[in-house]
Amino acid sequence: MSTSGAGVPLAGLTAGELAERFARGETTAVEVTGAALDRIRATDDLLHAFLTVTDEQALADARAVDEARRRGEPLGPLAGAPLALKDVLVTKGTRTTAGSRILEEFRPPYDATVVARLRRAGVIVVGKTNMDEFAMGSSTENSGFGPTRNPWDPTRVPGGSSGGSAAAVAAGQATLGIGTDTGGSIRQPASLCGIVGVKPTYGLVSRYGLIAFASSLDQVGPLARDVRGAATLLEAIAGHDPRDSTSIPEVPADLTSGLERGVEGMRIGRVAELFPSEGTEPGVLARVNEAVDRLERLGARVEDCSLPSFEYALSAYYLIAPAEASSNLARYDGVRWGLRVKDATDVVDMMQRTRENGFGAEVKRRIMLGTYALSAGYYDAYYGQAQRVRTLVLRDLERAFERFDLLVGPTTPTVAFPLGARVDDPLSMYLSDVFTVPVNLAGNAAVSVPAGLSEGLPVGLQLIAPALGEATMLRAAWAFEQDLGFAERPREIIVDDRVQIAPNGDSPGAIKEVRP
Amino acid sequence: MPISRADVQHVARLARLALTDEELDRFQSQLSLILDEAEKVKRLPTGGVPPTSHPLPRVNVWRDDTVGPCLTREEALSTAPEVEQDRFMVPRIIEEGA
Repeated sequence: MSTSGAGVPLAGLTAGELAERFARGETTAVEVTGAALDRIRATDDLLHAFLTVTDEQALADARAVDEARRRGEPLGPLAGAPLALKDVLVTKGTRTTAGSRILEEFRPPYDATVVARLRRAGVIVVGKTNMDEFAMGSSTENSGFGPTRNPWDPTRVPGGSSGGSAAAVAAGQATLGIGTDTGGSIRQPASLCGIVGVKPTYGLVSRYGLIAFASSLDQVGPLARDVRGAATLLEAIAGHDPRDSTSIPEVPADLTSGLERGVEGMRIGRVAELFPSEGTEPGVLARVNEAVDRLERLGARVEDCSLPSFEYALSAYYLIAPAEASSNLARYDGVRWGLRVKDATDVVDMMQRTRENGFGAEVKRRIMLGTYALSAGYYDAYYGQAQRVRTLVLRDLERAFERFDLLVGPTTPTVAFPLGARVDDPLSMYLSDVFTVPVNLAGNAAVSVPAGLSEGLPVGLQLIAPALGEATMLRAAWAFEQDLGFAERPREIIVDDRVQIAPNGDSPGAIKEVRP
Repeated sequence: MPISRADVQHVARLARLALTDEELDRFQSQLSLILDEAEKVKRLPTGGVPPTSHPLPRVNVWRDDTVGPCLTREEALSTAPEVEQDRFMVPRIIEEGA
């Protein structure tokens, strides 16, 4: 449907379609990058997916790719593809905020390893995307710079914390996106925006240059319009990095050449705890149940299973993640980088007021919660217990993967919810992550892939693999995607040369009221 | 409520956050709700279950002790709010005459 806006035919392609056009000489990286930048200009007043658009650098990088191609140099499969980079990965000389006012003017002196790998692959970074502050949130409303809107319905959230990258890919502002997933922050926005998002095995992708939230949970991963694009991007960014001591030495498996082998004979477990009797929208359940049937029709053997520890995963996560965050965010003290308040009476006064002014409500809430959970007299009751739950989740998953190749369930309990609906109710916001956090606690891999629409909004299917099981997982996701043939795109209209997106179920005229 | 206003003030001091009165009230009730939710983790019988601090345990990750490129002093200081004599500058730490 997204054929009305300027440049959409190019910016709306998958990475694979783009590579074919480059190979046939039908387009150039400069043309594609220009189309993506046009698209950002036409849509981002409304969507606010980007915090910084790096147009000059992007066009220079695109020219370099085109020249390399003309010289006949060997180029990777993603060379010339425009990418939306979550503003939590540091970029040398380019403002990097992590969605926080405390880092509003931060220009890092180095590139993250992921950024260096993207550049080596010839990927064109078109800008840095909006996010919940320090990746804490599930709606992108916790950004210090205002929320991102969902391209399917701009009165709704895109999910979070990687909501900017997900919205950018869904709206055709970029072909690919990079997000980070600490408790679901790639999978949940992918689900809400109708695209593919992978949370890789912990340690598969370097965290060097990733602004830390919860170090034992954070993992960088790809967002794309299709499974092949996500797999190709993951291959480009994965691999051991001596600069990250948690980076795993195993050479990442080939994730793309076996994609088309199908699910015949695959053993898939339908996790009872991911299909609770309450709290999940019927439309989400219907799409996911249809998806499970589809996998079965395609030749997978699906059986029910139970992982009882999943019931405790969310509560454990919301102790572990804030505890690690409270420690990681101690570095924002107004000394080495970022904001510093003026006229402080002494150094402690400077630190306390700098942090009070620079951090938003959710970040303060989590620092408070984490500091409390780690403080004398509470450490074992809260943090220690949460770490024991983590062991139980690991054991449950280990047992399940003796019987199954993959586990399956919804990515998140609801479709995209309205802006403002949960932002003042932390517990209801945290429930967005109830199906995604167990994987972060255990460090294994999972993907969200579009499973159709409910009430006109995308639903995501979550496939969960053991650690380093990405190849099998993406194979199943690809088979599902191909068979379903999900091709829906956000509906659009043009007003005053700006591409706008019709709110779900409403008349296009209602759009003017939601313009920022 | 599992957490008192004095607790919230104490934690804010530990976390170096100069919270307003309004924030102290809001966080007292919100943290109490979240900690109520954490009760089910707190009460879970976990006797004999070891804690997991890291999903894929690695022990002693070594690398060769070789010199590689690193940031220059100017680069490292380039992000600081205030710099003096090639050092990070901070407000007074020690009382005068101390």
